[in-house]
Amino acid sequence: MPDGAVPVLDVRDLKTVFLTRSGEVHAVNSVSFDLSPGELLGVVGESGSGKSVTMMSLIGLLPSPPAQVRGGSAIFDGADLLKIPEKQLRRIRGPRIGFVFQDPMTSLNPVFDVGFQIMEPLRKHMGMNKTQARRRAQELLELVGIPDAGRRLNDFPHQFSGGMRQRVMIAIALACDPDVLIADEPTTALDVTIQAQILDLMKRLRDQLGMAVIWITHDLGVIAGIADRVIVMYGGQVVEQAPVKELFGNPQHPYTRALLETVPSVTGDRAPRLRVIEGQPPILSATPAACSFRARCGHAFGRCYVENPQRMPAGSGHDVACFWDPATGEPRDV
Amino acid sequence: MFTYTLRRLILAIPTLLFISLIIFLLLDLAPGDPTAQMPLTIPPEVKAKIRESLGLGEPIHVRYLLWLKQFVVAEPLYMVDHYLGTNFADGMQRVISWQTRSPVGDIIVQRMPQTLWVVGMSYVVGIAIALPIGILSAYRQYSVFDQVGTFVTMIGYSVPPFFSGVLVIVIFSVQLGWFPSIYDTTHEVTDWQSFLYQLRQMIMPVMVLALQTTAQISRFMRASMLDNLGQDYARTARAKGMSEATVVLVHVLRNSMIPVVTVIALGVPLIFGGAIITEQIFKVNGLGQLLITAIYANDIPMVQTITFIFAVLIVLFNLIADVLYGVLDPRIRYD
Repeated sequence: MPDGAVPVLDVRDLKTVFLTRSGEVHAVNSVSFDLSPGELLGVVGESGSGKSVTMMSLIGLLPSPPAQVRGGSAIFDGADLLKIPEKQLRRIRGPRIGFVFQDPMTSLNPVFDVGFQIMEPLRKHMGMNKTQARRRAQELLELVGIPDAGRRLNDFPHQFSGGMRQRVMIAIALACDPDVLIADEPTTALDVTIQAQILDLMKRLRDQLGMAVIWITHDLGVIAGIADRVIVMYGGQVVEQAPVKELFGNPQHPYTRALLETVPSVTGDRAPRLRVIEGQPPILSATPAACSFRARCGHAFGRCYVENPQRMPAGSGHDVACFWDPATGEPRDV
Repeated sequence: MFTYTLRRLILAIPTLLFISLIIFLLLDLAPGDPTAQMPLTIPPEVKAKIRESLGLGEPIHVRYLLWLKQFVVAEPLYMVDHYLGTNFADGMQRVISWQTRSPVGDIIVQRMPQTLWVVGMSYVVGIAIALPIGILSAYRQYSVFDQVGTFVTMIGYSVPPFFSGVLVIVIFSVQLGWFPSIYDTTHEVTDWQSFLYQLRQMIMPVMVLALQTTAQISRFMRASMLDNLGQDYARTARAKGMSEATVVLVHVLRNSMIPVVTVIALGVPLIFGGAIITEQIFKVNGLGQLLITAIYANDIPMVQTITFIFAVLIVLFNLIADVLYGVLDPRIRYD
C-alpha cells in the first residue's frame, strides 16, 4: 500500500463455507487484503483456489444457501459490507463496486437490448430519466471503444462478438462511476488478440477514471503486464502477497514458485514438456489445521503437517504464508 | 416477420386441405347409417330415399368437394350476410346437420358461448393461478411452498375430470348445497342477482378444468424459471444492484416466459374443442357435448365440420406460437 493512503476496501479474516449434502466445504479461510484507491490488485491461483468466491462473498453475490459467509469484515467507505442490510448493500454493489464476469456470452440478458441493460443501473442508482440515461449509455459505449455507439444501443447481445460483449459488460460495470471494479477473469473466455485489446482498454480506463481494480485471473502473463500488486491464493487462503515486480523477481512461496515455473518460456531452449504442479488443490471440509499445499510441495517438512502457516513479512510490502525459506533452503525462524 | 407469417399462412392451405380430406375419408369408412335410429316401421325404400336426399347416393369425391364448397364458400358468405345484412350467399346450399336439418354453422355459433365461458374461463383462471405458483416454487425451490405445490400439481395431473367433477358435485352440490350441479345454459345475466347465479354455476366446472391447466402450466413455469434463475445474466443483474423483484420478475421471468407462452398458445385450440367429459358431467351444452351427440347420431356433416374447425385452430395457433416465439426472443427472427 502506498504510504498513508486509506484503503478503499479493507478485508479482514473473511471466511466462507458452502453447505453441501456431503458436509461443509471451506472455500475461503481467513482471507485478508486491502485495496488502495487507484490500485490494480491482481489475484492469482488455479481453479478452485477461492479467488472468485472471495470476491463474490464481499458483495453478497453468492447464492445462500449453499454459501454462508461465516466471519470477518470488509470495510468499504466506513461500512462493513458483510454486516449491512441487503438494501444498503444494493446501493453499493453496482453503483460503487462494479463487477465484470468471466463469460461475456452468457453474462448479458439475451432478451433485452444492451441499451436497456446499461441504462438500468443509471436509472435506478443515479436517478436519471430515460433521455439522460441514454446519453450516458452512449458515452459509456464510446468510452469502452464500441463504434457507432448510438445505434448499437438498440442491438441485442447476440448481435455483438465476444470481445464487444465484454466491452458492454465493462460499460455496465462502469456505468455509475464505481470506486472499485472487480474483474473476474474477464479475458479468459476471449481469444488472445481480443484479450490484449481488453487489457489495454482496462489499463486506459483505470488511468482515465482512477478507480481501484481487483483483477482475478490464473494467467500470470496478464498479471505481470497489468497489476501493481499481486496476491496469490491457494486452498482458500492468501499464501503470498507482494508488489508485482517483487513477486516475479523474488517469489517466496513454493506454490508461487511452482506457478511461475509452469509458464512456458518463449525465448531460449524450450522445455521438452510443459511443467505442471502435480495433484489437485484440496477440497477442505474443515478449517485447515496444516498447510494446505503440503501434499504437492517439494519442501514440506514436519511442521507443515501439524500447523497452518500464517502470513509473515518477507521483505518490503511482501508477505508469505510458508515455513520454508527459499533464500536459505531451510525452515524459517518463526 | 411479416413475410414469414404470410408464407406460413399460405403453406397452411395445402395442410388443411389434406387434413379435411383425411377426416372426410375416415368418417366415410366409419360404419353406421344416418337412418339407423329411425323407427323400424319406415319401409326400406323410404329409408333409401332419405339417404339419397342426404346426398349419400353421390360418389365420394363429389360429396367431398360439395362439403368443401359449402364449408369454405357458402358458410363464410352466410356469416358475412348475417353481420352486414348483405345477400352474397343468395340461397347457396349450406352444410346441413343430418340430425336436426338445420345448418351446422348456426348450431356451432349457438354452442360456442357456453364453451368459451366455461372452458375459456377455466383456462384463464388456470394460467392466472399457475404462473405465480410456478415462479414462487422455482424461486423457493424445495421450500414447503414448493413441496405442497408439487403435491397438488401431481394430484391435478393424475386425477381425471370425470372423477374430480363428480367429487366436487358430491361435496359442493349434494352435501353442502352451495352450487347447482347442472349448468343452466338458458340462464341470462340481466342484473346483479343473475350475475351471481352465473358465477355460482360456473365455479365447479371451471374449478375442475382449471386444476388440470394449473397443474400443467405451473410445472412448465417452474422448470423454465429454474433453468433461468441460475444463469449468469441473473447474477449480472444482481451485480448491478437491482432488487430481487427486478432480477426475478424482469430479467429471469422474461426469459422463462418464452417456452411457457408457446405452451399456452398451443393449448388454446383445446378450449374450442370444449371439455367433452366435463361438459357432459355438468350438462354444459357446449361444443364438446355437441360433438359427442353428433357422433352418437351418425351426424357426419356435423362431426366433419367440428373436427375440421379444430384442425384449423390447431394449425393457426401453432403459427401464433411460432410468431410469439420470435417476438419474445430477439435471437429468433424468421426473415
